[in-house]
Amino acid sequence: MNAPTTWRPRLADGTAPVLAVLAVLLVALAFAGPAYSEPTGYLALLKRAAPLVILAIGQYFVIVSGGFDLSVGSLVTAEVVIAARLIDGQESATIWVIPLLLGFGVLVGLVNGLITTKLMVPSFIVTLGMLLVLDGAVFLWTGGAPRGALSPSFRVFGRGGIDLPVLGHLPWSVVILLVVLVAAAYFMRSGTGRTLVAVGDNQDAVRLAGGRVVRLKVLAFVLSGLLAALAAILLGGFAGVSAQVGEGLEFRAITAVVLGGVLLGGGRGSVVAAAAGALTLEALFSLLNLLGVSGALESAVQGVIIIAAVAYASLGANLRLGFRSRTATAESTSSTTSPPHKEIR
Amino acid sequence: MEVARGAARGGVRRFSLTPTVTVYLALAVLLIVGSVLVGIQGGVLLDQGGILNILTRSTVLGLVAVGQTIVIINGSLDLSVAYLVGLCSLIAAETMAGSDGMMVPGVLLALGVAALVGLVNGLVVTVLKVNAFIATLGVALILRGYLEENYTGPAGDVPRAFQHLGFDRFGPIPVGVLLMLAVAGAAWWYLRRTRGGYHMYAVGGDIDVARLSGVRTGRTIVTAHVLCAVAAGLAGVFLASRLGSGAPYVGTDAGYDLESIAAVVLGGTALAGGRGGVVGTIGGVLILATLDTVFDDLAVDPFFKDVVRGIVLIVAVALYARRQLSRRSG
Repeated sequence: MNAPTTWRPRLADGTAPVLAVLAVLLVALAFAGPAYSEPTGYLALLKRAAPLVILAIGQYFVIVSGGFDLSVGSLVTAEVVIAARLIDGQESATIWVIPLLLGFGVLVGLVNGLITTKLMVPSFIVTLGMLLVLDGAVFLWTGGAPRGALSPSFRVFGRGGIDLPVLGHLPWSVVILLVVLVAAAYFMRSGTGRTLVAVGDNQDAVRLAGGRVVRLKVLAFVLSGLLAALAAILLGGFAGVSAQVGEGLEFRAITAVVLGGVLLGGGRGSVVAAAAGALTLEALFSLLNLLGVSGALESAVQGVIIIAAVAYASLGANLRLGFRSRTATAESTSSTTSPPHKEIR
Repeated sequence: MEVARGAARGGVRRFSLTPTVTVYLALAVLLIVGSVLVGIQGGVLLDQGGILNILTRSTVLGLVAVGQTIVIINGSLDLSVAYLVGLCSLIAAETMAGSDGMMVPGVLLALGVAALVGLVNGLVVTVLKVNAFIATLGVALILRGYLEENYTGPAGDVPRAFQHLGFDRFGPIPVGVLLMLAVAGAAWWYLRRTRGGYHMYAVGGDIDVARLSGVRTGRTIVTAHVLCAVAAGLAGVFLASRLGSGAPYVGTDAGYDLESIAAVVLGGTALAGGRGGVVGTIGGVLILATLDTVFDDLAVDPFFKDVVRGIVLIVAVALYARRQLSRRSG
């Protein structure tokens, strides 16, 4: 998972707690359900978790650079509805619809990013507006009920897989997930990735150091949009077409990222931890299911747990970072007086 | 992140296009354009019925948004208000259970529970140091779990006498609107005329500076969350009176969590905290209600409203951002 390059895996700040929680949950799953006594059970868990993990990775890029993306849930819905309408059960349409969907995700991300950086609107508001626009547009276009159907070959990504000797059935969504995760981890180790984190920490410093803040922030939103499109392709295959498919996913993705110890407001946290946070959330749901906790109480338990996890993480981090946050505020305060101030927040 | 602009309030007194002035100018323009558009279709926007319609639509969102303004000024935010509205409508209606004598206990119990939820929000944010976004989202999920576990539909019964709150008028103005304006007035007075209110601007402007200046930042934030929750509770009580019973999802169906934040931001309050106020928020709420009414009169597809709403929100905030920028560099 962690792609250790040295003998000792290098864990970013805040990664260890979420990995510990995840490990506990996985062990608990093994005790709670017979399905988890062999790899197939865990692969099924990964398959279920894949869309959320991919969304969380996208959300991570935005959050670590100091923003929010509230539009991913409605973007997922829009993508699935568009796919169903355009494919309309025709096998031949799949091949051009998928690039179109990815392109639409990029476009939405680009709009989010450009409005945030060029018009200086806080990303919370931009993506909230985008959420309203996408939701409204989807319903306007479909008249309330999605029409059309996905083709079997489109759905392969979400529900299909290949049979391997040792692992058994390896779902495609797990393969896609691993590719995205490795790519994201490598990207965050590159210069661009490191600068992205620096933008979330102190964008004025990055700009003064010659970093292209605008381009990096837009890139984060574009990646988030692109990954939301990918998650929609998996979800469409896995869960099918409905106007509710993406409902609440934005909050889940943000929860997952924060659960992974990533600081809201940016500047700290690793992408692997964010992915682990999403997996933890999904493992938690599976465990609650196995333990027979009803669907209604599930959200209450989820609420308690995210508060507890974040409280635990921030009470620990606060002791370490108390001084740091104070100096960071002082820096940003003094820099707001510099005349050509391009991006606020 | 932002400089405590609240501290500089009162320094510059000359007339300027503050966000509050802008939002009311925008409202005026919207009313004129709306009237013309509706007029072309042969209707009238601003007759008594139309005005009443706009005001009635504003009531519930206005109550929630006034509370949301207070927490946002503190640099916090509350995502739990939507479920809280539903919960309080249920508590009020179930306690009353159709009997006149239980009206006061019902209202008090609903507001008490709301205050408790606000207290939890505030304590989680300040004592457990959980980011407000996550803290209130977590509380929202807990409330949702409770509602889903115990309710499938409307419950409780409101006595006839209590429905006067929802439907009566005081002269030409609905009682609910007066309630909303009274709450907004109280919030304005608290924020602008009391020490506690000034502390809220200070905390939202820069929490570290506020703490070093001797403000009890934790207490201030907790107070803000309690006030916000009580305002949401009032919205729930009002809805119970309007609907005749409690409805678990009345708050979430209307999206009061994000909608109220949108109204606050539309009204010129900075999401980062420390700047803005209740007067602007009411303007923002009126703009949203006017848009709804105009679209209804024009028989525009309801989903199109969402699209326009999103665009209006982005454009409005973009305009504020531009203004701030020019003021800063000037």
